[in-house]
Amino acid sequence: MKKILSGNEAIARGAFEAGVKFAAAYPGTPSTEILETIAQEYKDIYAEWSPNEKVALEVVYGASMAGARAIACMKHVGVNVAADPFMTLSYVGVNGGLVLVTCDDPELYSSQNEQDNRNYAKFAKVPMFEPSDSQEAKDFIKLAFEVSEKFDTPVMVRGVTRISHAKGIVELQDPILPPVPIEIKKDTAKYTMLPSYARVRHVVIEERLLKLKEFAEQFQGNRMEINDPTMGIITAGISYQYAKEVYPNYSYLKLGMVWPLPKDLVGEFFKKVKKVYIVEELDPFLEENIRAMGFKPKGGKNLFSLCGELNPYLVEKGMLGKKFKAPKPFFKETLPPRPPNLCPGCPHRGVFHVLRKLKVFASGDIGCYTLGAYPPLNVINSNICMGSSIGGAHGMAKVLGEKGKGKIVGVIGDSTFLHAGVHPLMDMGYNKSYATIILLDNRTTGMTGQQEHPATGYTIRGEKTHRIDFVELGKALGIENPRKLNPWNLEETERVITEELETDEPSLVISEGPCTLLRRAFKKFNKPLQVDVTKCIGCKACVNLGCPAISYQPVDGEMAVTADGKKRKGISHIEATLCPGCHLCYQVCKFGAIQTQEEKPIFGFEIA
Amino acid sequence: MDQITTNILVAGVGGQGVILASDIMSEVFMEAGYDVKKSEVHGMAMRGGIVTSHFRFGKKVYSPLIKEGEVDILFAFEQLEGLRWINHLKANGKVLMNDHKINPPAVNLGEMEYPKAIPEKIQSKFKDFYLVKGTELALQLGDARAANVVLLGAISKFFDVNEGIWLKTILNYLPPKVHELNRKAFSIGRDQILQA
Repeated sequence: MKKILSGNEAIARGAFEAGVKFAAAYPGTPSTEILETIAQEYKDIYAEWSPNEKVALEVVYGASMAGARAIACMKHVGVNVAADPFMTLSYVGVNGGLVLVTCDDPELYSSQNEQDNRNYAKFAKVPMFEPSDSQEAKDFIKLAFEVSEKFDTPVMVRGVTRISHAKGIVELQDPILPPVPIEIKKDTAKYTMLPSYARVRHVVIEERLLKLKEFAEQFQGNRMEINDPTMGIITAGISYQYAKEVYPNYSYLKLGMVWPLPKDLVGEFFKKVKKVYIVEELDPFLEENIRAMGFKPKGGKNLFSLCGELNPYLVEKGMLGKKFKAPKPFFKETLPPRPPNLCPGCPHRGVFHVLRKLKVFASGDIGCYTLGAYPPLNVINSNICMGSSIGGAHGMAKVLGEKGKGKIVGVIGDSTFLHAGVHPLMDMGYNKSYATIILLDNRTTGMTGQQEHPATGYTIRGEKTHRIDFVELGKALGIENPRKLNPWNLEETERVITEELETDEPSLVISEGPCTLLRRAFKKFNKPLQVDVTKCIGCKACVNLGCPAISYQPVDGEMAVTADGKKRKGISHIEATLCPGCHLCYQVCKFGAIQTQEEKPIFGFEIA
Repeated sequence: MDQITTNILVAGVGGQGVILASDIMSEVFMEAGYDVKKSEVHGMAMRGGIVTSHFRFGKKVYSPLIKEGEVDILFAFEQLEGLRWINHLKANGKVLMNDHKINPPAVNLGEMEYPKAIPEKIQSKFKDFYLVKGTELALQLGDARAANVVLLGAISKFFDVNEGIWLKTILNYLPPKVHELNRKAFSIGRDQILQA
């Protein structure tokens, strides 16, 4: 049977067909839909959102020791979080097959960097497969489990955004019964990495890598397509499709396995084809390793950028160099950009409005709220990785001392806090910080599309479960008096944050406002607000909240004056179809020009 | 079967149903016997940002991304987004555009103007230009969300694929309570294109 699947859905299907019993992940674009598909479609597989990628890989390691085929899925930067268990997992190997899927994000569509995780395979001395479409994504996952068990190694499968979120036709098959039994199996010298045992295992993994090189030479997924004997391309993954699109008649060495590399096969290709080029995104990973073997390609990263993703256009441009003729643009005008934006009614907006007013330094974190760095809010001042807002704020506060009092804030979401914020907050309590941490608790993992986490009260399959209480957790970590606020009430938000900024102790302020896209959290939304055009003077106070429902419209002639004679150049407009009625604009308007349609103003919503 | 690959670039704003529309087109053309590929970006870009989906069908499709300058049909759900991607079209390409505007932040803030006379501008360079009031017609039917189905109805007129395959695929994606409305939306969409 044939079905159209995204790369992520194909990976999930591959896990199912491989007889996987256990899957864990933390949401992260572009990887999120893998575990979501497993949870929705393949009910026999145990699936969990783990608090972070390190935990996800560790539980998968446990499942493998007990004999299950197990898979951990994460975005490229998630592998950094999981790197600690991963580097030593390579030493201990597996019992049931173990696969780590890394979804890289060249072009940074939704990421903080565009690191090339092929380097991790070499670093950890494990094999890596790289599919070039959905069909291969499914096939390579199944193969990865076989290789994992055969060579006693964790295996990496790497995709990129254009694999994860591209769709193609996939041939479906039935699941198999994996060969390894589920049982407690003790093998202390293999699984316990004391120095004395680990020294022995290091020798084993170096030997394993040599055997994997032999495998790579024979592997059908590393294939030569000999057409034009003068021009050849060595490539892998999505870059193969781009190159094939532009040069269908060139010869190809298409690598399905990018680590370790098949030296003999590469040599054979160089013998058969006169001019060999290497086409790959991001790092010169294939190129450096092929050059280190002593081969001399005609071109590689001298033709293609180290930054961003490739596409057929850039492949042709790189290959042709100066001979490339770009198509003539039909229009050349500069268009207004359309950056992503906080949604209408977003609970973060009220907190950001107050932080902007208080002129603090806001150490930011990973999530929708990073968008607070854009105009007109301009409030987030830094951000590197999950959890870094808290450590960043604490470090600054310590150095600044009196100079920074009342000015240092860390801003972090609920899911991100549970992922990597608990330890730095522990540090703040332990080492007596004065910084103020604002936990934006929107009751979900927002940016990736509303996934559950340990403080939502639900598992990935919607079962009720223990829900973390942030006040109690804060207290346990050394915050004496965690405070809560309603972020849609600006007076309360400003008062609580100001009071906490003034204390000499570490502060935790919990902003309790569910994500407006999380419908189950709301009993109902409010009626849209309206602008009284006779009163609006066009001061832009509401416009500068950056709400997509509010726009500024220039006026002239009769319209350029208010009912009581004040001159104006424009007026605000609220788009009723977009406005959920949060009433923030109502609160910032000093001229009474924004009117509620409720009986009395409601600051926020009726929460379920 | 035709040896040539057809390239459709679907462009719009997060929340307009661009991805759903290209999902539906992929299923339709697979049903019709073609190889299909499509690609888009999720995540951060969804929050009111630009959404594009590359959709390709033919005998054998390699790249999920269309080469710049090789788009056969630009299928725009919003005027500004239509203009933004116009340079990706072939010289004799087709444009099907929803007659609808959504202000980007810089326009809302009063810092930039929404470009004027976009349909006229595009029509001056592309003869095969179709402007459809997808959002307005859907609103008349009682649900603005059906705009993408009106637009799918319109684009379906460009291809020699059985109308039944389109309808069956579209309804498969939607809950039964909105089937009747979307049947109408599709049919009204088809009526908008008199000559393809």
